[in-house]
Amino acid sequence: MSVLEIQNLHKSFDGNVVLDGVSLAVEKGDVVSVLGPSGSGKTTFLRCINFLEKADSGTLIFAGETLDLSSVSRRQIHAVRMRTGFVFQNYNLFLNKTALQNVTEGLIIARRTDRKTAEEKGMRMLEKVGMADRADYYPSQLSGGQQQRVAIARALATDPEIIYFDEPTSALDPELIGEVLAVMRQLAEEGMTMLVVTHEMGFARNVSSHSIFMENGKIVEQGPSREFFSNPKMERTREFLRMEENRDLLDSHASRQ
Amino acid sequence: MSEDILKLLLESFFKILIPGLTVTIPLTLIAFFLAMIIAVFTAMIQYAKVPVLRQAARFYIWVIRGTPLLVQLYVVFFGLPSIGIKVEAFPAAVAVFAVNEGAYCAETMRAAIESVPAGQLEAGYCVGMNYAQIMMRIVLPQAFRTAFPPLFNSLIGMVKDTSLAANITVAEMFFATQRIAGRTYQFMALYLELALIYLIFSTVLTRVQAYGEKRLNSYGGSRN
Repeated sequence: MSVLEIQNLHKSFDGNVVLDGVSLAVEKGDVVSVLGPSGSGKTTFLRCINFLEKADSGTLIFAGETLDLSSVSRRQIHAVRMRTGFVFQNYNLFLNKTALQNVTEGLIIARRTDRKTAEEKGMRMLEKVGMADRADYYPSQLSGGQQQRVAIARALATDPEIIYFDEPTSALDPELIGEVLAVMRQLAEEGMTMLVVTHEMGFARNVSSHSIFMENGKIVEQGPSREFFSNPKMERTREFLRMEENRDLLDSHASRQ
Repeated sequence: MSEDILKLLLESFFKILIPGLTVTIPLTLIAFFLAMIIAVFTAMIQYAKVPVLRQAARFYIWVIRGTPLLVQLYVVFFGLPSIGIKVEAFPAAVAVFAVNEGAYCAETMRAAIESVPAGQLEAGYCVGMNYAQIMMRIVLPQAFRTAFPPLFNSLIGMVKDTSLAANITVAEMFFATQRIAGRTYQFMALYLELALIYLIFSTVLTRVQAYGEKRLNSYGGSRN
């Protein structure tokens, strides 16, 4: 059974169509990469399915429950968010909380977990992302990569059915991208269900089980990553992948100099 | 002659300082405390865009900021009794200062709340917190840190503004000084002395502000 299924999602901003009927199913344990040029609607798509943006129409089937995206209630939204995790491009750690408090906040406040249990769990999550030794640091005292790893620990702590990643490495300095991708690869190997909007072709090709190419608010092509990369069916996908490959080559040239 | 003045200054020092400690400071602290409550509520109503209440908040700020403090004091203390509502001088002063300062601090708080990145709210929602929880635990604490220096500015301003309460018979420092000056005609010496005492009060508050800012910065450091 699918963890998550989205049917015919539509969204426009001021008459500007951003999502034009997107449908997608994610099975348990899937790691799905969403690729596409900027402005293709990837991020809006992710924000719509966690209700950070209100979709104009569409259906979300989450953990067996069917929701009409144009008319969800506050209670339904809350129920979905209690069972999903979200990792932002710019981390969005709570600036007035330490790393550990960032991880435990959702447990202690939103789920009424007692402090001791929450802190033990929080420390386990920080250990998992290699940040246990920074538990008492505030976000402003951490590098971008460290902040993003704490943000992943925060998302993990609430035992979500699926974690959404919105370009988790796009705001990072190149030398910090690796540490975040390593954590994500580890999660993928442990069987976490993940939906990842990304520009990291390496991650999409080597870690994710499925890849999707989006453009102009539509899914152009999707399939198992192996096939998607070795034998893309659509001309537009091939073009995009070629462009990204060239960019990667240029990047590696630049970093070698 | 100058010896007489020196003697007068020494004698009057405590006669001015004591109403400062027993009237000016309590008036300031009580009124500012109430002003903060008004300010936070007014700011949050606007931030959350609560219909009707939001318009009421804007109206309140418009009226209070658009009229002189002294006139507001007169309306409450001299005006209300003429329509049958009699208010004692001290409570009248507390009420006027609280409502007046509340309007200014509401704008400070609104700006501070709006300066907290929207991502903080979104992150709170995504870990399952509700609006009230996010406001209380994430947004307001950060907003207070931003608002702390300008709010302290308002507090220091208010200490000095309480001298206006002398006009409605509140026996605070300015009132006490006026009485001594009226008797002795040593206006220059006495009002300079009064100014000095206000300066001492403000200096103490400035130190408290510096200490407070240091404490706030010590957890979390600078924000980027």
